[in-house]
Amino acid sequence: MAFAPFHARRSQSRSTVPKVLMRGNHVVAEAAVRAGCRFYFGYPITPQNEIPEYMSERLSKIEGGVFIQAESEIASIHMVIGASMAGGRVMTSSSGPGISLKQEGISFLSGLELPAVIVNMSRGGPGLGNIAPAQSDYFQATRGGGHGDYRTIVLAPNSGQELADLTFEAFDLADKYRTPVVILGDGMLGQMMEPVEFRPEIPIKKLPHKDWALTGAKGRPSRFIRSLILDPGEEEEHNWKLMRKYEKIAREELRWEAFAADDAKMLVVAFGTAARIAKGAVKRVREQGLKVGLIRPISLWPFPFKALRDFSKKVKHFIVFEMNMGQMVEDVRLALEGGGEVHFYGRPGGIVPTPLEVSRVITSQYYQKRLG
Amino acid sequence: MKKVFTRPKSLKSAPFHYCPGCGHSLLHRIIGEVIDEMGLQERIIGVPPAGCAVLAYNYFDIDMGEASHGRAAALATGLKRALPDRIVFTYQGDGDIAAIGTAETIHAAARGENITTIFVNNGVYGMTGGQMAPTSILGQNTTTSPGGRKEKRDGFPINLSEMLAIAKGSAYVERTAVNSPSNILKTKRAIAKAFQVQIKGAGFSLVEVLSPCPTNWKMSPVEACKWIDEVMTASFPLGVLKDFTGDKKDVH
Repeated sequence: MAFAPFHARRSQSRSTVPKVLMRGNHVVAEAAVRAGCRFYFGYPITPQNEIPEYMSERLSKIEGGVFIQAESEIASIHMVIGASMAGGRVMTSSSGPGISLKQEGISFLSGLELPAVIVNMSRGGPGLGNIAPAQSDYFQATRGGGHGDYRTIVLAPNSGQELADLTFEAFDLADKYRTPVVILGDGMLGQMMEPVEFRPEIPIKKLPHKDWALTGAKGRPSRFIRSLILDPGEEEEHNWKLMRKYEKIAREELRWEAFAADDAKMLVVAFGTAARIAKGAVKRVREQGLKVGLIRPISLWPFPFKALRDFSKKVKHFIVFEMNMGQMVEDVRLALEGGGEVHFYGRPGGIVPTPLEVSRVITSQYYQKRLG
Repeated sequence: MKKVFTRPKSLKSAPFHYCPGCGHSLLHRIIGEVIDEMGLQERIIGVPPAGCAVLAYNYFDIDMGEASHGRAAALATGLKRALPDRIVFTYQGDGDIAAIGTAETIHAAARGENITTIFVNNGVYGMTGGQMAPTSILGQNTTTSPGGRKEKRDGFPINLSEMLAIAKGSAYVERTAVNSPSNILKTKRAIAKAFQVQIKGAGFSLVEVLSPCPTNWKMSPVEACKWIDEVMTASFPLGVLKDFTGDKKDVH
């Protein structure tokens, strides 16, 4: 049974728009434009180049649409800050090494309390790594990466459809909380073609009014947006304000899915592409009679700590599967607080294992733990 | 009684935190006067830098959005592209614009962004305590060029405005100073012209202002003003470096 506020909302808003077959990167770009994004700033890096390519074409055909291929990732994230200060819906996209460069701006967006959507179609690392799909940017995305006490909302889609839906959600969340939102995909999701239904386009005039934006001090007192707060007392209060916001997000914006978890004796925890593979593996072992389910965090921050903790009252055996050397597994361990045994299986470097491979790991663990 | 001299409307009633003899206070006032005279207060947005002028939003009574160190030209690009009918200017020091923000600045100029940059060159990192700047001249003593800047050890100062004048997208580049009444008037005219260039949509405009920093230069304010004339201008000559606005008489 799925915990499904997100899916429920999605199905309600379904229109009769026909499905289109699209590449994941194009899906993100099209969904962004439909969500009211009129400003895109980026810098080429594989495997996400189809996003800026699509945006350059799409935004040039819309009144007020702005696309700039910046001189660097650093410049592009600061252009994002400028357009966000002006009140626009704005996006940038990149992959691991480029996101590293954007961290300065992401910290500033957080401190300045500005909305923006940042897409990471991640690849193998560290360093230049490679251009194959990997999930090794989990820490970077969920732990901030930049300086200072801040959090970014991180959404991890696992399909073309979710790329579309979560991109819409990302813009709404960014505006609602005045905070940057990261969409953490990978090279697989960005390159894969799948049938997708888009939500209807939001007219720009229906977007929320931003009474804090910099538009020129006409008919109102002048405004400034800044993150420099020299007085320690004031800076502490600013940090408390951010913390209260993050606590509200952690309470209200959790997104996760449970699959075949009701009677499970063992749970696999995975996100994004890995969760897609894990689902196939779970279906496979279920056919063999193994009582195994899947928990898929969709919001990586906020992380569904309580949901996992609640499951650990019934289930004592967990397998965390990631396409990295073990990053989300730390959050799973934190969530369980020792209330369950965790086995980690990871394939880093751009290797994408098959459901069969993962099902063998599950089966082996299942019998080792004498669950069947 | 008729007031003949008062604070510009676009400056708030707040005492400047700048050191005695610092050029920033003068330059803030000059910009405030230009904004008033051109009637821009309701449609101008300023981008202060990281550096001594980071608190500029405490002084200007206009919309302002703070940039991180060196990124003002990129931030201003985003603002201006989103609001093309507003006037957007950055206010940056030499370290901000000519070291850490070189790429952002050169590319904003190359794209011909319709923004104006006020580049305050005092040849030191003032806020952090007087370290060597990209524009510290050869022989200049700073806390990180002991014994004076030496080309073998520290490299040469960078003439960013000359480089920006080469960029095809820049429309107007002038170097002035705020060390004498006549130079102050020239600076005011240059800033007004830069804003006009932006209003016309002619491209990137920049006014570099040589500005005294008596505290870090370890001089009296009077000596600092003299040092600009006698020493600094030899490396950074004053004048119009580029004028593609059709106003031919200014071209060297």
